[in-house]
This record gives sequence, structure tokens and C-alpha cells, in this order.
Amino acid sequence: MKNKFTLLLASTFLVSGAVIAEVDEMTVVSWGGAYQNSQQKAYTEPYSADTGINFVWDESSSEAVNKLRIQAESGDISWDLVDVVAADAIRLCDEGLARIVDPDTELESAPDGTPASADFGDLIVSECFIPQIVYSTTWGMRNDVAEWNGAMPSSVCDVFDTDKFPGKRAILPNALNNMEWGAYCSRSFNRDQASVYAMLETEKGQQAALDMWSSIKDDLVFAASAADVPQLLQDGEVVMGSTYNGRLFALIAEGGVDNVEMLWDAQVFDLDGWIVPANLPAEREAAVMEFVRFATDTQRLADQAKYISYGPARASSAPLVGQHAELGIDMAPHMPTDPNNSKNTILTDYEFWADYRDDIDAKWEAWKVN
Amino acid sequence: MTEVLVTQDGKPLHQSVQRALFHSKMRALLLIAPLLVFFIIGYIMPIFSVLYKSVDNDVVFEIIPETASMLQEWELSVGETPPEAIYASFAREMLTAANQREHGRLGVHFNKDISGLSSKFRRLGRQIKRWDFEDGQPFKDKFIASDEIWGEAALWADLKVYSERYTAANFARAVDGRLTPDGFEIRPENERFLMKLFVRTLTLSVVITLITLLLGYPIAWLMANVRTRTANLLLIMVLLPFWTSLLVRTASWRVLLQDTGVINSFLQWGNQSLPFLFSGAPYELMYNQLAVVIAMTHILLPFMILPIYSVMKTISPSYVRAALSMGANDWTAFWRVYFPLTVTGIGAGAILVFILSVGYYITPAIVGGTDGTFISNSIASYLKSNQGLGAALASLLLFIVLILYFLYDRFVGIDKTKLQ
Repeated sequence: MKNKFTLLLASTFLVSGAVIAEVDEMTVVSWGGAYQNSQQKAYTEPYSADTGINFVWDESSSEAVNKLRIQAESGDISWDLVDVVAADAIRLCDEGLARIVDPDTELESAPDGTPASADFGDLIVSECFIPQIVYSTTWGMRNDVAEWNGAMPSSVCDVFDTDKFPGKRAILPNALNNMEWGAYCSRSFNRDQASVYAMLETEKGQQAALDMWSSIKDDLVFAASAADVPQLLQDGEVVMGSTYNGRLFALIAEGGVDNVEMLWDAQVFDLDGWIVPANLPAEREAAVMEFVRFATDTQRLADQAKYISYGPARASSAPLVGQHAELGIDMAPHMPTDPNNSKNTILTDYEFWADYRDDIDAKWEAWKVN
Repeated sequence: MTEVLVTQDGKPLHQSVQRALFHSKMRALLLIAPLLVFFIIGYIMPIFSVLYKSVDNDVVFEIIPETASMLQEWELSVGETPPEAIYASFAREMLTAANQREHGRLGVHFNKDISGLSSKFRRLGRQIKRWDFEDGQPFKDKFIASDEIWGEAALWADLKVYSERYTAANFARAVDGRLTPDGFEIRPENERFLMKLFVRTLTLSVVITLITLLLGYPIAWLMANVRTRTANLLLIMVLLPFWTSLLVRTASWRVLLQDTGVINSFLQWGNQSLPFLFSGAPYELMYNQLAVVIAMTHILLPFMILPIYSVMKTISPSYVRAALSMGANDWTAFWRVYFPLTVTGIGAGAILVFILSVGYYITPAIVGGTDGTFISNSIASYLKSNQGLGAALASLLLFIVLILYFLYDRFVGIDKTKLQ
């Protein structure tokens, strides 16, 4: 009996050894939908064609932190590469669940020789995080509201002006971004990123941001999800609404809805990118790092923008952004990172949110209920 | 001396019977074994694991076990920082944690109750690897040199509170309070919301239960008292929505109720053609408590109708006829004779509807806006971001339902409830 068991164990090792020695399959975790599709088109399909490596997709990014925790506890890590938002990447890195990446040795330099660390710049918000795209939370506005008398909001603070721009506003239900806008518009001068976060660190500042929202609370619709906002705008249930810029792009450009327009002012930038799980077996780790080097080079990041309206994270990719693969329209004007759109932006301060999230969330929820 | 009865093979009858019974009991147990195992794994164990998670504080004891125990033994006195021994142990354990990249997890954990600690732990983890542990300088000075916060007595008092092996912190927060070195303290007004959500959930559930009863009772009566063919038709009409996806039904209410929805558009149109009959302003029917009550009443109605109907089916019409023939008027016959016989069905329906609606999640999330969300919506979001608090809220909800069940049993009697 004992012998039989040992034999079984040994053969298992042999079999798994054989699989590890030659990596011909990788499990990549992403968000599904149009976004995952853009990654397949720009990254994995060309790579498969070159190397013959197969990619298995797991649409678990929204639960990546919890699932990776479970995998790490059980010691059986089945994922090779995980697409997460920056806040989750920081958390996974903090918890030791993500591998530390050295951008200058492990990622490709820009075509002009600029090292990756400089090409990505500030967007490397954690030593485990490999930035991929910049997306933003911003506003869509109806342009056919009779009561506005032909005027269109030009600043994000017009959201709080219900005299000039009456009507309902849809917002996402979380404190994130909304607190930034509240704080930003409660100030009459020094409206910049640094002062917004400095303000939100104090009780008084948090209250001021909430008071801003209180002033229009009767006109707010709290969307259940990011996908709700375009629907509400299209139905005319609200006259303005904030959601991810890609959702609004899908409504306006892909859906052909021409009575909704973008407002880019004070859009809040957020990042999405890759992390590699910590403690992968050496062969798998080597294979995935090779893929990452390919998938995050300047051309590949620019390629992804053909399929989705999120800005490439490398500065060197911006000039290469071309046309939409199916619609044939120029993608540059729809990118949150386009110079015309990014005149005034706020970049989410991840360290701030890591510190104050629990506290501010509680206040935000309490404000919603009261 | 009594004769011992024996069976044919010479064994005492008593033993034989015992054995036969034992075998049949085992067989019965074997038959229900799959269900029993499923019940234990799928129901009992998750409940206990949630209860355990709500008080468990193992992160602290996994990463800084020695410091945490020392903090528990440390006598707290106002304005005092802990002795050097605790700082030294904290430094050693934090160095190990930083090398294993676990310091961040500890920071995230403490940050749930003490805002701002996440970044302090991350920074400490980076710096501590460069410290000279052998230079004989007090560790306290090293900590303060890295960040002044480590020299603050208030922080250490809080750390002591939140380093207990089993913590009441999550339950304190679930009732809108927090733990302090002096014990429990209620949070300021602008941070309280969970108790309000509990109260709202229970109130709306009662309202929904009452409305389903008012609407469902006559329908059940009709179904029990008309010709079989008509009754079957009615039954199908009750069951049809039951077979439709919950999401579809909820979404259809949205189509009906929103500002540009069917109802408001109709009123708008009516206002234009018959202004004296219809008011024009769009009514706010969506994203509030009204919408939740309407949609949930519709969805839960079958759970009220079916138990009442099944009880009414068994009531012989001769009871009411007898009452009438003996001089009772219609109302008396109904109220004194018929109604008491249906109470068991009402009890069953009310319990079903009430308990289902207390835990309802999807409908309030879709049509509730902020006015109409239930506590389960908060539980769901906390189970992602703060499992301990989510577990505490879920446990609290469980306790509340158990207490209500106990009260119900006490005053109505659960044995009077008929579910079939």
C-alpha cells in the first residue's frame, strides 16, 4: 500500500515536472468584455503566432485580490499574469502576493532608448505594478437640454450649479473620485491635485467636499454600476453622469448617440496594469516575464488603443496611436491622455486612498443614508 | 426468576430486536447521509465560519505574535508609550515581516480602524531593513526618528485595543461604534449609517409583508373558492412571475417606473390631452423606497399567496355555512370562523416573506437608489473590502432574525404554522 502511494506521488511529480519544463500555456486574468478583447488582439494573438504559446483567459480581475490570496494560501498558484487596477496592485504588493518588477532590466526601453522607468514615469505607482493603460472617470453631458438655453458645462464644477444647469446627475456610488470633485469645487482658488488631497486629509476638508455634494443631493442618481450611467444618459433619465471614459466612448462613438458629449475637465486618472503573482515556479516565471516584456513595449501598448479608448501608459506610445480597428475613426481625440483632453486632470493618489479609504467610505456611506 | 425470552437461534429477544432496529436506523441514516453532509458543509459550516471571521484577529497574531502578546500584558496609563522591550520586539518582528513582505498586510489591517496607518507601515517596512540593530541605541528613538507617530501614546493605546486575539472591533463598528482604550464609544453623527440601514431593512420588510398579506389574502381566497378551471388559471397567473428571472422582473419595474418610463410617459401624455384629469410633472417612482416596496411586493407575493391558499383549500365550506345558518352575519362568520382557520397560513406566508425580504439584495440594489438600499447591500460590499466587518454585519442580521423568530414562536407559536 505504502509503495503504491509513493509510486503515485513520484509519478505525479514526474508528470508535473514534464509540464513545467516546457511552458506552452499561460493563464491570464482580465476583465472580460471589450477590454479583454483589446488585449487579445494587441498582445496575445501576435505573441501566440510568434511563439505557439496558448493563452487561457480567466475573467476574474474584479476578485483578483481575494482569489490570489486563496491561491497563495493553498500554495497552488494557477495564474501567470493578472490584470488589476493600480489600487489592487498596491494591495497585492503590500501583502507580498505580487512579484517585484525592475522596469529597467525586465521591461523594454522606448524606441529612442529612454529606459522603461522614465517612459512610464509616475505611473509606476508600486514596485510590483506594470502599467498598461490610463483610464479616467469623467462626465458625459446631454446637449439637448432645453432648460440650459444652449449653454454647455465647461468645468466639472458646473455639475454643482443646478441653477444654470438644472436636471438630474448620475454618479457612481463610491466615494472614490466623487470626493475629489467635491473637494476640488469647494475651493475657489488653488484648484489642483496636491491641494485637493491635502484638503481631504483633514476632517474639515472631507466635510467641505461632502457639503458640496449635499448642495445638489436631491438631483443625484446613484448608479448601481458603471454600465448604468450610459444607459441613464441615453434614456434621458439624467442630464449628466460620470463613469469610465471607455463606457462613454462606447455610447457616443460606437453606439452613435449624438446627444451626449464628453466633458474632460478635471477627469480623474486611474491606472490599470499587470502584476505577476509572487513565487511562481522558475520556468513559468521566466516565460511570463518574457511575454510581459513583449506585451508592454511601446508598439504593443499603442496597438491596444485601436480597440479601446484607453490611453497607453507609456509616453512613447502616444504618437503611435492610430485609428479604431473597426470604425476607422482617429482614436487620439478620444484618449483621456490626449493633450487636448488632459489640460486639467487629477491623478488618483493611491497612497492617500490606502490610508483614508475606510474612514472616508464610512463618512460617504453615512452621508448617502442621512 | 424471570424467563429470558430467546429467539430461535438462542439469542435473547431484547438483543435481537436492538440489533434489527440498529440496522434499520443505520440504513435510514445512510439514506439521508448525502443530505446531512450537504447540510453540514453547505449550511452549518459557512455560518460558523462567518461567525468566527467576525471576531477573529489572526493577522496581527500571525505577523507580530510576540509584540501583540506583550501589548496585551502592558498596563495602559494615560500619555505613556510602551516600554523599550515592546519597541524592541516590534522592531524584530517588523524586520522579519518586511523581509517576508508581510508588513503591508498588517498596515492594511490596522488601517481599517486607525486611519492613516497603512502608509506608515509601508514606510516603516522600507526603512527598517536599513536599521542597525546592534548599535545599542534604544529602538524607541529609532522608531520616532523614522516617523513621529510611533512616539504617540494614543497610537499605542489604539494598537493595544486592536491587537486582541479575538476582537469585538467589527461588532462595535457594525453598530456604528468603535473601540477605544476606555471601551465602546458611539461614532459621531456623520459616520453613523449601519444601524439606520438595519432599521430601514426591518421597517421596509414589515411594510412589504403587510402589503403582500393585504393583496395576497383575497387572491388566495378566490383561488380556493372558484371553479377548478378558474382556480388553475389563477394559479398559473400567480406562478408565472415566479418562473421569470428575478433580474428581469426587477429590470421591468425600472422600465415602468423611471422618469421617462411607461407610467410617467402615460401621465405626461394624459396631461397634454386631458389636463384636468392628469397631473403632468413626472412622479419620482424610481430610486427610492417606494420603488423597492413596489418591486419587492410584486416579487414576494407568491410566497404569501401559496401558503394561505394551501390552508384555505383544506377548510370545509360547511363551517361558514353552519355559522351563517345559526344567525351570524357575513362579517362575523368570516372573522370568527373562517379567518381563525387561516391564521396558520398567514403565519407561514408572513414568516417566508419577511425573512426573504430582510436578506434581499438585488432588487434594492437596482431600484433602491440610496434611500432604498438594504443592509445586505452593505454586507455584500464589505465582504469584498473588509471581511471582518462584513461577517459581523451578517452575524448581526442572523441574530436579529433569530430573535424575531423566537418572539414569533413565543407569541404565535411556530407549531401553529403550516407550510405545505
